[in-house]
Amino acid sequence: MKLSYRTAMREALREALRADARVVLIGEDIGKYGGTYAVTLGLLDEFGPERVRDAPLSESTFVGAGIGAAIAGLKPIVEIMTVNFSLLALDQIVNGAAALRHMSGGQLEVPLVIRMATGAGRQVAAQHSHSLENWYAHVPGLRVVAPATVADARGMLATALRERDPVVIFEHVQLYNREEELADPAPAVDLDRAAIRRPGRDATIITYGGSLPCSLAAATKLAERGIDAEVIDLRSLRPLDEATLVASVSRTHRAVLVDEGWRTGSLAGEVAALLGERAFWELDAPIGRVCSAEVPIPYAKHLEVAALPSAEAVVAAVEAVIA
Amino acid sequence: MTPTRDQALAMLRSMIRIRRLEERCAEDYAAGKIRGFLHLYIGEEAIAAGIIPALAAKDAIVGTYREHGHALLRGVAAEQIMAEMYGKSGGCARGRGGSMHLFSREHRFYGGHAIVGGGLPISLGIALADKVRGTGAITCVFFGDGAVAEGEFHESMNLAALWKLPVLFVCENNQYAMGTALVREHAEPELYKLAASHRVGAERIDGMDVVAVAEAAGQAVERVRETAAPWFIECSTYRFRAHSMFDPELYRDKAEVELWKQRDPITLLVKRMAGVVTEADIAAIESGADDEIARACAFAEASPLEPVAELLRDVRASGEGT
Repeated sequence: MKLSYRTAMREALREALRADARVVLIGEDIGKYGGTYAVTLGLLDEFGPERVRDAPLSESTFVGAGIGAAIAGLKPIVEIMTVNFSLLALDQIVNGAAALRHMSGGQLEVPLVIRMATGAGRQVAAQHSHSLENWYAHVPGLRVVAPATVADARGMLATALRERDPVVIFEHVQLYNREEELADPAPAVDLDRAAIRRPGRDATIITYGGSLPCSLAAATKLAERGIDAEVIDLRSLRPLDEATLVASVSRTHRAVLVDEGWRTGSLAGEVAALLGERAFWELDAPIGRVCSAEVPIPYAKHLEVAALPSAEAVVAAVEAVIA
Repeated sequence: MTPTRDQALAMLRSMIRIRRLEERCAEDYAAGKIRGFLHLYIGEEAIAAGIIPALAAKDAIVGTYREHGHALLRGVAAEQIMAEMYGKSGGCARGRGGSMHLFSREHRFYGGHAIVGGGLPISLGIALADKVRGTGAITCVFFGDGAVAEGEFHESMNLAALWKLPVLFVCENNQYAMGTALVREHAEPELYKLAASHRVGAERIDGMDVVAVAEAAGQAVERVRETAAPWFIECSTYRFRAHSMFDPELYRDKAEVELWKQRDPITLLVKRMAGVVTEADIAAIESGADDEIARACAFAEASPLEPVAELLRDVRASGEGT
């Protein structure tokens, strides 16, 4: 059956609420309003206000409450409207959720799932458009995932809920309307492995989340020019599936990283360093990076487009490492 | 309320155990056995001694980085507390937390939080879980006057009132947020009014008077349990020692400290119970506390260091967090 990314996410939440009475949803405008991106539409009517909890605008406190609830036996799924707003809760996530197991000598567990929208492309400017996945991927104690397909949007939540520790899920705003065929019942999803979305021999394009569609479009264009690019979707941003990345680059000997985050201090930089450490002698060319321009994301459409990775830029980067 | 002899002895024992434990901590800090930050509660003992015994075993506690006394009175063994401060594997957090991060899941003692105000949201979540699960437990969260200036304080008051969460907020107002005096930090220095403005029932009490604290605590715990709604107690108190061991105390007069020391909570109770509690009673309590602490320090000394090979344990349950 054909499903949108948004509906897939909603079905995953509905399944979680049905399956486990400990699951509660907490977030701004997830109930009456139906969710900023309409992911939670209808869930309040179906499950009631005790389980679908509209929270006041207080990111730090409702995320912290999610942490406390997780410690004391619930399985909260907290939604933060956008990654930009999550900075208001960064203290609770980094100093609390990520650290409590270790800081308590293994006594406390925080089985908390935090979902948030990320990324640009909707002309909502510099306080709603950023990609800060790398900030979270930096932190030990967190697991960070980015579903880039409808199947992953449908399946990653259930896998995340089986973890005994915090998981952060990044949903790119440009993906919500994408539709794909999905088997019914939807297949279980493994969080540990990166996925080869398109096999290829000549170069490896490594990407995640909202940059997967433009990376695949670039691979199609490259194929027209006789270049057979492999496209890898990281899926898990922490930990990284090093084996899949190293194996791919060992076959293609060339790598281009596509990351909507800013280049400086990016996940792309982390993957490049990893390939430098583990696959240096396999590389036939310097590693290429396609990232967002180093600018707060601007409003005007042409400027926003110019700031973001594009299929054309990916094509050019792959051609550069092959030339 | 006039306490019975047994009640008075129990309160005195609580306060003296904390006082003696922390005096030893200060010595061990000077001797280099305890490192990092060490924040002493000396002077403020009446609050923990009045509040914690009013809670049931099923209730939860969230504390700050000045929490040795709270952990001790909750039942965390002095051995585990001292070993944690010595950074040993026998510590309650296996040497991962130190003085500021004491935890005991068994006692529902959920830290030990050193981001000022950071424990407040967590306490709401614990209370929410107990409410949803119908356990009848309440959560008691301790924090200082400094935390009241944080946004999270106001967010937490609002959410606790809005969601009707069974939380007992205990503000330990020791007049200084580190080195900043109350009136230099708060436009509204009557802090309980800020809680009340969020429609959280609130009161202010004399935090140096353990009998007053115990009385308020008993009523508040009962009220929170019955109504499943939050309550706020502001305890006026004073820390006799520096903020931490690195603090030269340039921000307050010695005369002010001496004035407050005349209201030492231990002395106040002893005076009040003159004729009921004797010198011999006090000596027996002190001797018991000293024995307990000597045993704890011996345990902490003997406890091995955590092997470095264990460095990465307890990052994630599945072990793949690094």
